[in-house]
Amino acid sequence: MTAHPSSRPVLLTRRHALAATAATALLPPAAAAQSSSPESFAAAQQAILAGRVPVSTGLSLDMPTLSENGNSVDLAIKVDSPMSADDHVARIHILAEKNPFPRVATFHIGPRAGRADVATRIRLSETQTIVVLAETSRGLVHRDSREVIVILGACVDGG
Amino acid sequence: MANATLPARITMPPEARRGEIVEIRVLARHPMERAIDAPGLRPVPRKIIHTLRVTQEGTEIFRMDLSTGIAANPYVAFTSRAIETGEFVFQWIEDGGVTYERRQVLTVT
Amino acid sequence: MKGLTALLLLLVATAPAVAGEVRAPATFLSPDLRALQDDPSRHPGWLWIDTGEALWRAAPAGGRPSCQGCHGDIAGMSGVATRYPQVAQTGELLNLEGRIENCRSRHQQAPAFGYESEALLSLTSAVALQSRGLPVSVATDGPAAHFVAEGRRLYTLRQGQLNLSCAQCHDENVGRRLRGDVISSGVGTGFPAYRLEWNMMGSLHRRLRACSLGVRATQFPLGAPEYLALELYLAARAKGLPVETPGIRR
Repeated sequence: MTAHPSSRPVLLTRRHALAATAATALLPPAAAAQSSSPESFAAAQQAILAGRVPVSTGLSLDMPTLSENGNSVDLAIKVDSPMSADDHVARIHILAEKNPFPRVATFHIGPRAGRADVATRIRLSETQTIVVLAETSRGLVHRDSREVIVILGACVDGG
Repeated sequence: MANATLPARITMPPEARRGEIVEIRVLARHPMERAIDAPGLRPVPRKIIHTLRVTQEGTEIFRMDLSTGIAANPYVAFTSRAIETGEFVFQWIEDGGVTYERRQVLTVT
Repeated sequence: MKGLTALLLLLVATAPAVAGEVRAPATFLSPDLRALQDDPSRHPGWLWIDTGEALWRAAPAGGRPSCQGCHGDIAGMSGVATRYPQVAQTGELLNLEGRIENCRSRHQQAPAFGYESEALLSLTSAVALQSRGLPVSVATDGPAAHFVAEGRRLYTLRQGQLNLSCAQCHDENVGRRLRGDVISSGVGTGFPAYRLEWNMMGSLHRRLRACSLGVRATQFPLGAPEYLALELYLAARAKGLPVETPGIRR
């Protein structure tokens, strides 16, 4: 109907791909760099970990394993933490392995939160793994991940 | 432009006992436009809410960095410990620098 | 009444789908989406409800009264949406959107909002919300009878390149899976609804246009007589089912 953004990957024909490459060549370097190489999933995860090895305990990621529409996927995160001044969760990151921009969101919280308990709704471009990393004030990183299958509805407006 | 209005719904209790942890749910009306530049589609410039910041009496109690991977009409839930009666200030910062603001009072008993 | 409706809903929700049986749309939603539909703190459609309630109270330019000025508090609209579409005194078939637009142009002497405009969607949703949970009770006799017949004709007419009628999916294959979806009974009791596919609230006619496109048939304009008649027939099929506006739809 309207040309609203779709969550589905756009299939490029070879001709279109060539045209896109040509268009990219005409862009100033900064713009070309921005559009052609967003931070990769691996790079984003490495940047957050900064050499630390995450533990797979203490973090629970609640989201459906089957998403009915990639435009809107509910996700809730809880981390076991005393949330005290000297031991609390400081940052919670959501990474989506195959999204165009894998770094989906970062929550900044502190002892004032009382609990490390956040929720949001994300977009998933396709079936993929979601990784959540929680950094504590003591330098510990909790990690949990979930494989989410994105199913296509039968009634897509674009036809 | 600062302090523009954005249709938003903030769900939180009007009052809480001191020390109690309250849950705050925030919905805002925003298309979270991703940049679309694929062949055959109408180009749409990126325009998203990139930051949600919540303060009370000048102290930041919650902040979130949002990307194009957050669903349209962004929904966010978080918690806060009731310390003192005061206004929670919710600020949504959009690409281009426009800041939308809403306030909600929590009475601590 | 609400309790009885809820009980009936529960019963049909747990019963297997039977061809020809018309079930409430909510019973076809996943538990997650049904919970979202019932939770104003998470349901984005309530952002439109807030806008609609503000429009209800806002006086248009030119000193004419607001909706509230004539009708009182919007809570007084309880039950109204259950009776639309209905035939006006002029003989034309009006849905809730059309009734609001008429009121606006005749009594408020203001320019029409326009079909699918944010204002009309918001106001229609806010008015329909006042009937949430109440059973659909459109008139299907008298002057409405020939509109119902026309709607039934369109519902059962094979259309488009796929040569499918509405009935072939929504009666004969109700409850079955079609790709990732479960085929619903095809009633419009949740509209205007927040459709995840749209990322916004939209009207039943926008949804019907998507259906028409789906079978590669002629898409009628929003507010077209064809869709109005079909809307009335869908409401006739949905008699007794609760209004769900603002619905959550995939």
